[in-house]
Amino acid sequence: MNFLAPIGAFFLSFLRHTGRLINFCGIALSHCVRPPIYPRLILRQMIEIGYFSLPVVGLTAIFTGMVLALQSHTGFARFSAEGAVATVVVISITRELGPVLAGLMVAGRIGAAMAAEIGTMRVTEQVDALVTLATNPFKYLVAPRIIAGFITLPMLVLVADIIGVFGGFVVGAYKLGYNPATYLHSTWEYLKPLDVISGLVKASVFGFIIALMGCYHGYHSKGGAQGVGQATTNAVVSSSILILTLNYVLTALFFDK
Amino acid sequence: MSQTPKIQLIDVHKSFGAKTVLDGITVDIAPSESFVIIGGSGTGKSVTLKCILGLMRPEQGRILVDGLDVVGMRPREREEVLRKFGMLFQGAALFDSLKVWENVAFGLIQGHKMERRKAKDKAVEKLYAVGLGADVGELYPAELSGGMQKRVGLARAIATEPEIIFFDEPTTGLDPIMADVINDLIVKCVKELGATAVSITHDMHSARKISDRMAMLHRGRLVWVGRTAEVDQSDNPFVDQFIHGRAEGPIKMELRR
Repeated sequence: MNFLAPIGAFFLSFLRHTGRLINFCGIALSHCVRPPIYPRLILRQMIEIGYFSLPVVGLTAIFTGMVLALQSHTGFARFSAEGAVATVVVISITRELGPVLAGLMVAGRIGAAMAAEIGTMRVTEQVDALVTLATNPFKYLVAPRIIAGFITLPMLVLVADIIGVFGGFVVGAYKLGYNPATYLHSTWEYLKPLDVISGLVKASVFGFIIALMGCYHGYHSKGGAQGVGQATTNAVVSSSILILTLNYVLTALFFDK
Repeated sequence: MSQTPKIQLIDVHKSFGAKTVLDGITVDIAPSESFVIIGGSGTGKSVTLKCILGLMRPEQGRILVDGLDVVGMRPREREEVLRKFGMLFQGAALFDSLKVWENVAFGLIQGHKMERRKAKDKAVEKLYAVGLGADVGELYPAELSGGMQKRVGLARAIATEPEIIFFDEPTTGLDPIMADVINDLIVKCVKELGATAVSITHDMHSARKISDRMAMLHRGRLVWVGRTAEVDQSDNPFVDQFIHGRAEGPIKMELRR
Protein backbone atom coordinates (compact mmCIF):
# COMPACT_ATOMS: atom_id res chain seq x y z
CA MET A 1 0.00 0.00 0.00
CA ASN A 2 2.97 2.27 0.43
CA PHE A 3 3.07 3.35 -3.18
CA LEU A 4 -0.37 4.91 -2.77
CA ALA A 5 0.77 7.18 0.04
CA PRO A 6 2.81 9.59 -2.16
CA ILE A 7 -0.12 9.86 -4.58
CA GLY A 8 -2.46 10.77 -1.74
CA ALA A 9 0.06 13.20 -0.27
CA PHE A 10 0.54 14.83 -3.66
CA PHE A 11 -3.19 15.13 -4.19
CA LEU A 12 -3.76 16.64 -0.75
CA SER A 13 -0.96 19.13 -1.24
CA PHE A 14 -2.41 20.03 -4.66
CA LEU A 15 -5.81 20.69 -3.08
CA ARG A 16 -4.24 22.70 -0.29
CA HIS A 17 -2.33 24.90 -2.70
CA THR A 18 -5.32 25.37 -4.96
CA GLY A 19 -7.47 26.37 -2.01
CA ARG A 20 -4.84 28.77 -0.77
CA LEU A 21 -4.50 30.33 -4.22
CA ILE A 22 -8.25 30.78 -4.63
CA ASN A 23 -8.45 32.30 -1.16
CA PHE A 24 -5.56 34.64 -2.00
CA CYS A 25 -7.18 35.57 -5.30
CA GLY A 26 -10.49 36.36 -3.60
CA ILE A 27 -8.91 38.59 -0.97
CA ALA A 28 -6.75 40.32 -3.60
CA LEU A 29 -9.74 40.99 -5.87
CA SER A 30 -11.82 42.34 -3.01
CA HIS A 31 -9.02 44.82 -2.28
CA CYS A 32 -8.81 45.81 -5.96
CA VAL A 33 -12.38 47.09 -5.96
CA ARG A 34 -12.61 48.56 -2.46
CA PRO A 35 -11.19 51.96 -1.57
CA PRO A 36 -8.66 53.21 -0.70
CA ILE A 37 -6.88 52.72 -4.02
CA TYR A 38 -3.32 53.97 -4.38
CA PRO A 39 -2.98 55.72 -7.78
CA ARG A 40 0.74 56.47 -7.26
CA LEU A 41 1.56 52.83 -6.68
CA ILE A 42 -0.56 51.69 -9.62
CA LEU A 43 1.15 54.23 -11.88
CA ARG A 44 4.58 53.07 -10.76
CA GLN A 45 3.71 49.46 -11.54
CA MET A 46 2.20 50.46 -14.88
CA ILE A 47 5.44 52.17 -15.86
CA GLU A 48 7.39 49.11 -14.75
CA ILE A 49 5.15 46.67 -16.62
CA GLY A 50 4.40 48.76 -19.70
CA TYR A 51 7.17 51.18 -20.42
CA PHE A 52 10.16 49.14 -19.31
CA SER A 53 8.91 46.00 -21.05
CA LEU A 54 8.61 47.81 -24.39
CA PRO A 55 12.11 46.96 -25.70
CA VAL A 56 11.89 43.25 -25.02
CA VAL A 57 8.29 42.91 -26.16
CA GLY A 58 8.97 45.08 -29.23
CA LEU A 59 11.92 42.94 -30.25
CA THR A 60 9.91 39.76 -29.78
CA ALA A 61 7.06 41.18 -31.85
CA ILE A 62 9.12 42.50 -34.75
CA PHE A 63 11.04 39.25 -35.23
CA THR A 64 7.89 37.19 -34.87
CA GLY A 65 6.19 39.29 -37.54
CA MET A 66 9.23 39.00 -39.80
CA VAL A 67 9.59 35.25 -39.46
CA LEU A 68 5.85 34.80 -39.88
CA ALA A 69 5.90 36.60 -43.22
CA LEU A 70 8.89 34.61 -44.36
CA GLN A 71 7.47 31.25 -43.28
CA SER A 72 3.99 31.77 -44.64
CA HIS A 73 5.44 33.07 -47.91
CA THR A 74 7.62 29.98 -48.46
CA GLY A 75 4.87 27.67 -47.20
CA PHE A 76 2.02 29.21 -49.22
CA ALA A 77 4.15 29.31 -52.38
CA ARG A 78 3.63 25.53 -52.57
CA PHE A 79 -0.01 26.07 -53.48
CA SER A 80 0.29 29.55 -54.96
CA ALA A 81 -1.47 31.29 -52.09
CA GLU A 82 1.13 34.02 -51.50
CA GLY A 83 -1.66 36.61 -51.58
CA ALA A 84 -2.76 35.46 -48.12
CA VAL A 85 0.57 36.29 -46.42
CA ALA A 86 -0.45 39.74 -45.19
CA THR A 87 -3.73 38.44 -43.81
CA VAL A 88 -2.10 35.47 -42.13
CA VAL A 89 0.47 37.73 -40.48
CA VAL A 90 -2.01 40.23 -39.12
CA ILE A 91 -4.49 37.63 -37.88
CA SER A 92 -1.84 35.44 -36.23
CA ILE A 93 -0.24 38.42 -34.54
CA THR A 94 -3.38 40.07 -33.24
CA ARG A 95 -5.21 36.91 -32.23
CA GLU A 96 -2.46 34.73 -30.85
CA LEU A 97 1.17 35.65 -31.03
CA GLY A 98 0.91 39.23 -29.80
CA PRO A 99 -0.83 38.42 -26.51
CA VAL A 100 0.84 35.05 -25.88
CA LEU A 101 4.41 36.05 -26.61
CA ALA A 102 4.08 39.39 -24.85
CA GLY A 103 2.46 37.54 -21.93
CA LEU A 104 5.31 35.06 -21.71
CA MET A 105 7.99 37.75 -21.95
CA VAL A 106 6.28 39.86 -19.30
CA ALA A 107 5.83 36.77 -17.10
CA GLY A 108 9.59 36.29 -17.21
CA ARG A 109 10.37 39.93 -16.62
CA ILE A 110 7.65 41.20 -14.31
CA GLY A 111 6.28 38.06 -12.66
CA ALA A 112 9.77 37.16 -11.54
CA ALA A 113 10.48 40.69 -10.30
CA MET A 114 7.22 40.82 -8.33
CA ALA A 115 7.83 37.44 -6.69
CA ALA A 116 11.41 38.39 -5.82
CA GLU A 117 10.46 41.79 -4.41
CA ILE A 118 7.51 40.66 -2.32
CA GLY A 119 9.36 37.47 -1.35
CA THR A 120 12.31 39.47 -0.04
CA MET A 121 9.92 41.76 1.81
CA ARG A 122 8.33 38.69 3.36
CA VAL A 123 11.56 37.03 4.54
CA THR A 124 12.98 40.31 5.89
CA GLU A 125 9.72 40.92 7.84
CA GLN A 126 8.85 44.00 5.78
CA VAL A 127 5.42 42.52 5.09
CA ASP A 128 4.87 42.13 8.85
CA ALA A 129 6.13 45.68 9.32
CA LEU A 130 3.42 46.89 6.93
CA VAL A 131 0.80 45.24 9.12
CA THR A 132 2.15 46.86 12.29
CA LEU A 133 1.94 50.22 10.50
CA ALA A 134 -1.80 49.60 10.03
CA THR A 135 -1.41 49.03 6.29
CA ASN A 136 -2.89 45.97 4.67
CA PRO A 137 -0.25 44.24 2.51
CA PHE A 138 -2.95 43.15 0.05
CA LYS A 139 -4.01 46.74 -0.37
CA TYR A 140 -0.52 48.17 -0.56
CA LEU A 141 1.43 45.47 -2.39
CA VAL A 142 -0.92 43.11 -4.20
CA ALA A 143 -3.85 45.22 -5.44
CA PRO A 144 -1.77 47.90 -7.25
CA ARG A 145 0.19 45.21 -9.09
CA ILE A 146 -2.90 43.30 -10.16
CA ILE A 147 -4.71 46.44 -11.32
CA ALA A 148 -1.61 47.62 -13.19
CA GLY A 149 -1.13 44.21 -14.85
CA PHE A 150 -4.76 44.08 -15.90
CA ILE A 151 -4.72 47.57 -17.46
CA THR A 152 -1.20 47.71 -18.86
CA LEU A 153 -0.79 44.43 -20.69
CA PRO A 154 -3.48 45.21 -23.32
CA MET A 155 -1.73 48.51 -24.06
CA LEU A 156 1.56 46.70 -24.39
CA VAL A 157 -0.01 44.08 -26.66
CA LEU A 158 -1.57 46.76 -28.86
CA VAL A 159 1.90 48.21 -29.41
CA ALA A 160 3.28 44.70 -29.98
CA ASP A 161 0.55 44.05 -32.58
CA ILE A 162 1.53 47.15 -34.51
CA ILE A 163 5.25 46.37 -34.34
CA GLY A 164 4.65 42.74 -35.33
CA VAL A 165 2.56 43.66 -38.35
CA PHE A 166 5.19 46.22 -39.26
CA GLY A 167 7.87 43.48 -39.10
CA GLY A 168 5.80 41.35 -41.46
CA PHE A 169 5.33 44.32 -43.75
CA VAL A 170 9.06 45.08 -43.91
CA VAL A 171 9.92 41.51 -44.87
CA GLY A 172 6.98 41.26 -47.28
CA ALA A 173 7.64 44.53 -49.06
CA TYR A 174 11.42 44.69 -49.10
CA LYS A 175 12.55 41.06 -49.11
CA LEU A 176 9.77 39.06 -50.70
CA GLY A 177 8.91 41.71 -53.24
CA TYR A 178 5.21 42.32 -52.52
CA ASN A 179 3.83 45.66 -53.56
CA PRO A 180 3.80 47.69 -50.30
CA ALA A 181 0.42 49.26 -51.04
CA THR A 182 -1.19 45.93 -51.88
CA TYR A 183 0.34 44.35 -48.78
CA LEU A 184 -1.05 47.09 -46.52
CA HIS A 185 -4.40 46.92 -48.26
CA SER A 186 -4.76 43.18 -47.71
CA THR A 187 -3.63 43.62 -44.12
CA TRP A 188 -6.62 45.92 -43.54
CA GLU A 189 -9.02 44.17 -45.87
CA TYR A 190 -9.68 40.99 -43.90
CA LEU A 191 -8.95 42.21 -40.38
CA LYS A 192 -12.01 42.18 -38.14
CA PRO A 193 -12.37 44.12 -34.89
CA LEU A 194 -12.89 40.84 -33.01
CA ASP A 195 -9.38 39.69 -34.00
CA VAL A 196 -7.83 42.60 -32.17
CA ILE A 197 -10.36 42.72 -29.32
CA SER A 198 -9.99 39.03 -28.50
CA GLY A 199 -6.22 39.53 -28.35
CA LEU A 200 -6.59 42.47 -25.98
CA VAL A 201 -9.00 40.59 -23.72
CA LYS A 202 -6.49 37.76 -23.58
CA ALA A 203 -3.80 40.29 -22.70
CA SER A 204 -5.89 41.58 -19.78
CA VAL A 205 -6.37 38.08 -18.45
CA PHE A 206 -2.67 37.31 -18.84
CA GLY A 207 -1.70 40.55 -17.13
CA PHE A 208 -3.93 39.62 -14.22
CA ILE A 209 -2.47 36.09 -14.07
CA ILE A 210 1.14 37.31 -14.17
CA ALA A 211 0.61 39.79 -11.34
CA LEU A 212 -1.46 37.33 -9.31
CA MET A 213 1.12 34.54 -9.55
CA GLY A 214 4.01 36.91 -8.89
CA CYS A 215 2.32 38.29 -5.77
CA TYR A 216 1.02 34.92 -4.57
CA HIS A 217 4.35 33.15 -4.73
CA GLY A 218 6.19 36.12 -3.30
CA TYR A 219 3.70 36.52 -0.46
CA HIS A 220 3.95 32.88 0.54
CA SER A 221 7.71 32.52 0.18
CA LYS A 222 9.61 31.39 3.24
CA GLY A 223 13.16 30.66 4.23
CA GLY A 224 15.89 32.95 3.03
CA ALA A 225 17.45 33.52 -0.36
CA GLN A 226 16.62 30.01 -1.44
CA GLY A 227 12.94 30.43 -0.67
CA VAL A 228 12.80 33.67 -2.66
CA GLY A 229 14.55 31.97 -5.59
CA GLN A 230 12.03 29.16 -5.46
CA ALA A 231 9.16 31.63 -5.35
CA THR A 232 10.54 33.42 -8.41
CA THR A 233 10.82 30.19 -10.38
CA ASN A 234 7.34 29.09 -9.33
CA ALA A 235 5.86 32.45 -10.31
CA VAL A 236 7.32 32.32 -13.82
CA VAL A 237 6.57 28.65 -14.45
CA SER A 238 3.02 28.74 -13.11
CA SER A 239 2.09 31.95 -14.89
CA SER A 240 3.55 30.67 -18.18
CA ILE A 241 1.59 27.44 -17.97
CA LEU A 242 -1.59 29.27 -16.98
CA ILE A 243 -1.13 31.68 -19.89
CA LEU A 244 -0.85 28.84 -22.39
CA THR A 245 -3.79 26.95 -20.87
CA LEU A 246 -6.07 29.97 -20.61
CA ASN A 247 -5.07 30.99 -24.13
CA TYR A 248 -6.69 27.82 -25.42
CA VAL A 249 -9.75 28.29 -23.25
CA LEU A 250 -10.21 31.90 -24.34
CA THR A 251 -9.68 31.07 -28.00
CA ALA A 252 -12.33 28.38 -27.72
CA LEU A 253 -14.70 30.84 -26.06
CA PHE A 254 -14.16 33.51 -28.73
CA PHE A 255 -13.97 31.54 -31.95
CA ASP A 256 -15.24 28.01 -31.42
CA LYS A 257 -18.79 28.39 -32.63
CA MET B 1 -3.92 45.42 39.97
CA SER B 2 -6.68 47.99 40.09
CA GLN B 3 -6.56 49.24 36.48
CA THR B 4 -7.46 47.07 33.49
CA PRO B 5 -4.37 45.55 31.92
CA LYS B 6 -3.28 47.00 28.57
CA ILE B 7 -2.56 43.58 27.17
CA GLN B 8 -3.88 40.35 28.58
CA LEU B 9 -2.97 36.86 27.41
CA ILE B 10 -5.16 34.07 28.71
CA ASP B 11 -4.04 30.47 28.18
CA VAL B 12 -2.68 31.05 24.66
CA HIS B 13 -1.66 27.96 22.71
CA LYS B 14 0.04 27.91 19.34
CA SER B 15 1.61 25.03 17.49
CA PHE B 16 3.05 24.42 14.06
CA GLY B 17 2.08 20.95 12.96
CA ALA B 18 3.16 18.58 15.73
CA LYS B 19 5.48 21.15 17.29
CA THR B 20 3.95 23.04 20.20
CA VAL B 21 5.46 26.50 20.46
CA LEU B 22 3.20 28.23 22.99
CA ASP B 23 1.79 25.93 25.61
CA GLY B 24 -0.59 28.02 27.65
CA ILE B 25 0.70 31.56 28.16
CA THR B 26 -1.17 33.65 30.69
CA VAL B 27 0.06 37.11 31.60
CA ASP B 28 -1.22 40.64 32.27
CA ILE B 29 0.71 43.69 31.13
CA ALA B 30 -0.26 46.94 32.82
CA PRO B 31 -0.52 50.32 31.06
CA SER B 32 2.77 52.25 30.80
CA GLU B 33 4.88 49.44 32.11
CA SER B 34 7.90 48.07 30.30
CA PHE B 35 7.64 44.32 30.15
CA VAL B 36 10.48 42.14 28.89
CA ILE B 37 10.21 38.51 27.91
CA ILE B 38 13.53 36.71 28.15
CA GLY B 39 14.33 33.23 26.96
CA GLY B 40 16.58 31.26 24.66
CA SER B 41 16.27 31.00 20.92
CA GLY B 42 13.27 29.10 19.65
CA THR B 43 11.28 29.26 22.89
CA GLY B 44 8.37 31.11 21.31
CA LYS B 45 9.20 34.73 22.11
CA SER B 46 8.63 36.03 18.58
CA VAL B 47 5.53 33.89 18.17
CA THR B 48 4.04 35.51 21.29
CA LEU B 49 4.43 38.98 19.78
CA LYS B 50 3.11 37.83 16.41
CA CYS B 51 0.03 36.36 18.05
CA ILE B 52 -0.71 39.64 19.83
CA LEU B 53 -0.30 41.55 16.57
CA GLY B 54 -2.55 39.09 14.75
CA LEU B 55 0.18 38.03 12.32
CA MET B 56 -0.44 34.52 13.64
CA ARG B 57 -3.59 33.06 15.04
CA PRO B 58 -3.39 31.00 18.25
CA GLU B 59 -5.39 27.78 18.29
CA GLN B 60 -6.65 28.32 21.78
CA GLY B 61 -6.82 31.09 24.33
CA ARG B 62 -7.73 34.75 24.35
CA ILE B 63 -5.67 37.87 23.77
CA LEU B 64 -7.17 41.12 25.02
CA VAL B 65 -5.88 44.56 24.10
CA ASP B 66 -7.59 47.25 26.20
CA GLY B 67 -10.13 44.60 27.16
CA LEU B 68 -10.96 43.79 23.51
CA ASP B 69 -10.47 40.25 22.25
CA VAL B 70 -8.28 40.49 19.15
CA VAL B 71 -8.22 36.81 18.20
CA GLY B 72 -10.36 36.23 15.13
CA MET B 73 -11.15 39.91 14.76
CA ARG B 74 -12.35 41.19 11.39
CA PRO B 75 -9.59 42.87 9.31
CA ARG B 76 -11.20 46.33 9.54
CA GLU B 77 -11.44 46.23 13.33
CA ARG B 78 -7.96 44.80 13.62
CA GLU B 79 -6.57 47.72 11.62
CA GLU B 80 -8.10 50.04 14.20
CA VAL B 81 -6.41 48.10 17.01
CA LEU B 82 -3.11 48.03 15.11
CA ARG B 83 -3.09 51.83 15.02
CA LYS B 84 -2.25 51.67 18.73
CA PHE B 85 0.87 49.62 18.04
CA GLY B 86 4.40 50.37 16.96
CA MET B 87 7.06 47.76 16.47
CA LEU B 88 10.81 47.65 16.10
CA PHE B 89 11.81 44.54 14.19
CA GLN B 90 14.92 42.50 14.77
CA GLY B 91 16.34 43.26 11.32
CA ALA B 92 14.73 46.74 11.38
CA ALA B 93 12.57 45.62 8.38
CA LEU B 94 12.81 49.02 6.72
CA PHE B 95 11.16 49.31 3.31
CA ASP B 96 14.16 49.38 1.01
CA SER B 97 12.28 50.96 -1.89
CA LEU B 98 11.50 54.05 0.19
CA LYS B 99 13.75 56.80 1.51
CA VAL B 100 14.52 56.87 5.22
CA TRP B 101 12.12 59.73 5.94
CA GLU B 102 9.34 57.98 3.97
CA ASN B 103 9.94 54.91 6.10
CA VAL B 104 9.59 56.91 9.29
CA ALA B 105 6.54 58.76 7.98
CA PHE B 106 4.92 55.61 6.57
CA GLY B 107 2.54 55.01 9.45
CA LEU B 108 1.54 58.68 9.50
CA ILE B 109 0.84 58.85 5.76
CA GLN B 110 -0.75 55.42 5.27
CA GLY B 111 -2.22 54.63 8.66
CA HIS B 112 -3.18 58.11 9.85
CA LYS B 113 -3.71 59.83 6.47
CA MET B 114 -1.42 62.75 7.25
CA GLU B 115 -0.30 65.09 4.46
CA ARG B 116 3.13 64.23 3.05
CA ARG B 117 4.72 67.57 3.90
CA LYS B 118 3.48 67.53 7.47
CA ALA B 119 4.49 63.89 7.84
CA LYS B 120 7.98 64.72 6.61
CA ASP B 121 8.44 67.39 9.29
CA LYS B 122 7.31 64.89 11.88
CA ALA B 123 9.66 62.24 10.48
CA VAL B 124 12.63 64.60 10.68
CA GLU B 125 11.67 65.41 14.26
CA LYS B 126 11.59 61.70 15.13
CA LEU B 127 14.90 61.08 13.37
CA TYR B 128 16.35 63.85 15.49
CA ALA B 129 14.95 62.16 18.60
CA VAL B 130 16.98 59.03 17.80
CA GLY B 131 20.10 61.06 17.09
CA LEU B 132 19.99 61.21 13.30
CA GLY B 133 20.09 64.37 11.21
CA ALA B 134 17.67 65.48 8.51
CA ASP B 135 20.26 64.60 5.83
CA VAL B 136 19.91 60.91 6.74
CA GLY B 137 16.24 61.17 5.81
CA GLU B 138 17.10 61.57 2.15
CA LEU B 139 19.16 58.35 2.03
CA TYR B 140 17.88 54.84 1.32
CA PRO B 141 17.97 52.20 4.08
CA ALA B 142 20.61 50.13 2.23
CA GLU B 143 23.03 53.07 2.59
CA LEU B 144 22.89 52.96 6.41
CA SER B 145 24.88 50.90 8.92
CA GLY B 146 23.12 48.30 11.07
CA GLY B 147 23.01 50.59 14.11
CA MET B 148 21.57 53.44 12.08
CA GLN B 149 18.95 51.13 10.55
CA LYS B 150 17.89 50.09 14.04
CA ARG B 151 17.56 53.72 15.06
CA VAL B 152 15.49 54.48 11.96
CA GLY B 153 13.36 51.44 12.82
CA LEU B 154 12.88 52.89 16.29
CA ALA B 155 11.97 56.28 14.83
CA ARG B 156 9.40 54.58 12.61
CA ALA B 157 7.98 52.63 15.56
CA ILE B 158 7.46 55.80 17.63
CA ALA B 159 6.44 58.12 14.77
CA THR B 160 2.72 57.52 15.19
CA GLU B 161 3.04 57.98 18.97
CA PRO B 162 1.62 54.54 19.66
CA GLU B 163 0.19 53.41 22.98
CA ILE B 164 1.96 50.06 22.77
CA ILE B 165 5.45 49.44 21.38
CA PHE B 166 7.00 46.05 20.71
CA PHE B 167 10.74 45.56 20.52
CA ASP B 168 11.94 42.35 18.89
CA GLU B 169 15.54 41.71 19.96
CA PRO B 170 16.41 45.43 19.90
CA THR B 171 20.13 44.97 20.61
CA THR B 172 20.90 41.77 18.71
CA GLY B 173 23.68 42.14 16.16
CA LEU B 174 24.93 45.49 17.46
CA ASP B 175 28.24 46.32 19.14
CA PRO B 176 27.97 46.82 22.93
CA ILE B 177 28.15 50.61 22.74
CA MET B 178 25.51 50.90 20.02
CA ALA B 179 23.41 48.39 21.96
CA ASP B 180 23.53 50.68 24.98
CA VAL B 181 22.65 53.69 22.85
CA ILE B 182 19.58 51.79 21.63
CA ASN B 183 18.69 50.80 25.21
CA ASP B 184 18.87 54.45 26.32
CA LEU B 185 16.76 55.52 23.36
CA ILE B 186 14.15 52.88 24.13
CA VAL B 187 13.92 53.96 27.77
CA LYS B 188 13.72 57.62 26.77
CA CYS B 189 11.14 57.14 23.99
CA VAL B 190 8.89 54.87 26.03
CA LYS B 191 8.97 57.27 28.95
CA GLU B 192 8.25 60.32 26.79
CA LEU B 193 5.29 58.65 25.11
CA GLY B 194 4.06 57.01 28.30
CA ALA B 195 3.64 53.90 26.19
CA THR B 196 3.35 50.29 27.22
CA ALA B 197 6.43 48.45 25.99
CA VAL B 198 6.84 44.74 25.41
CA SER B 199 10.29 43.57 24.44
CA ILE B 200 11.75 40.19 23.75
CA THR B 201 15.45 39.67 24.14
CA HIS B 202 18.12 37.27 25.28
CA ASP B 203 20.48 40.11 26.12
CA MET B 204 20.29 40.31 29.95
CA HIS B 205 22.09 43.63 30.12
CA SER B 206 19.49 45.15 27.84
CA ALA B 207 16.61 43.42 29.65
CA ARG B 208 17.68 44.82 33.03
CA LYS B 209 18.08 48.28 31.62
CA ILE B 210 14.78 48.66 29.82
CA SER B 211 12.32 46.64 31.89
CA ASP B 212 10.06 47.19 34.88
CA ARG B 213 9.00 43.56 34.93
CA MET B 214 10.38 40.44 33.34
CA ALA B 215 9.06 37.06 32.36
CA MET B 216 11.05 34.02 31.41
CA LEU B 217 9.77 31.85 28.59
CA HIS B 218 10.87 28.26 28.36
CA ARG B 219 9.38 25.61 26.11
CA GLY B 220 6.24 27.61 25.45
CA ARG B 221 5.51 28.33 29.11
CA LEU B 222 6.23 31.30 31.32
CA VAL B 223 8.34 29.77 34.08
CA TRP B 224 8.84 33.00 36.01
CA VAL B 225 7.27 36.46 36.11
CA GLY B 226 8.48 39.15 38.46
CA ARG B 227 9.90 42.63 38.98
CA THR B 228 13.26 43.35 37.38
CA ALA B 229 14.79 44.17 40.77
CA GLU B 230 13.89 40.68 41.98
CA VAL B 231 15.38 38.78 39.09
CA ASP B 232 18.61 38.01 40.97
CA GLN B 233 16.73 36.63 43.99
CA SER B 234 14.19 34.67 42.01
CA ASP B 235 15.22 31.26 43.41
CA ASN B 236 14.10 29.95 40.06
CA PRO B 237 16.61 27.50 38.59
CA PHE B 238 15.65 28.40 35.00
CA VAL B 239 16.11 32.12 35.56
CA ASP B 240 19.35 31.58 37.48
CA GLN B 241 20.79 29.49 34.69
CA PHE B 242 19.73 32.00 32.06
CA ILE B 243 20.94 35.18 33.70
CA HIS B 244 24.29 33.63 34.50
CA GLY B 245 24.56 32.04 31.09
CA ARG B 246 25.47 28.55 32.29
CA ALA B 247 25.37 25.52 30.03
CA GLU B 248 24.47 23.25 32.98
CA GLY B 249 21.07 23.47 34.60
CA PRO B 250 17.42 22.61 34.07
CA ILE B 251 17.40 24.16 30.57
CA LYS B 252 18.85 21.55 28.27
CA MET B 253 19.97 22.62 24.84
CA GLU B 254 18.83 20.05 22.38
CA LEU B 255 22.20 18.97 21.10
CA ARG B 256 23.00 15.62 19.63
CA ARG B 257 26.24 14.18 20.77
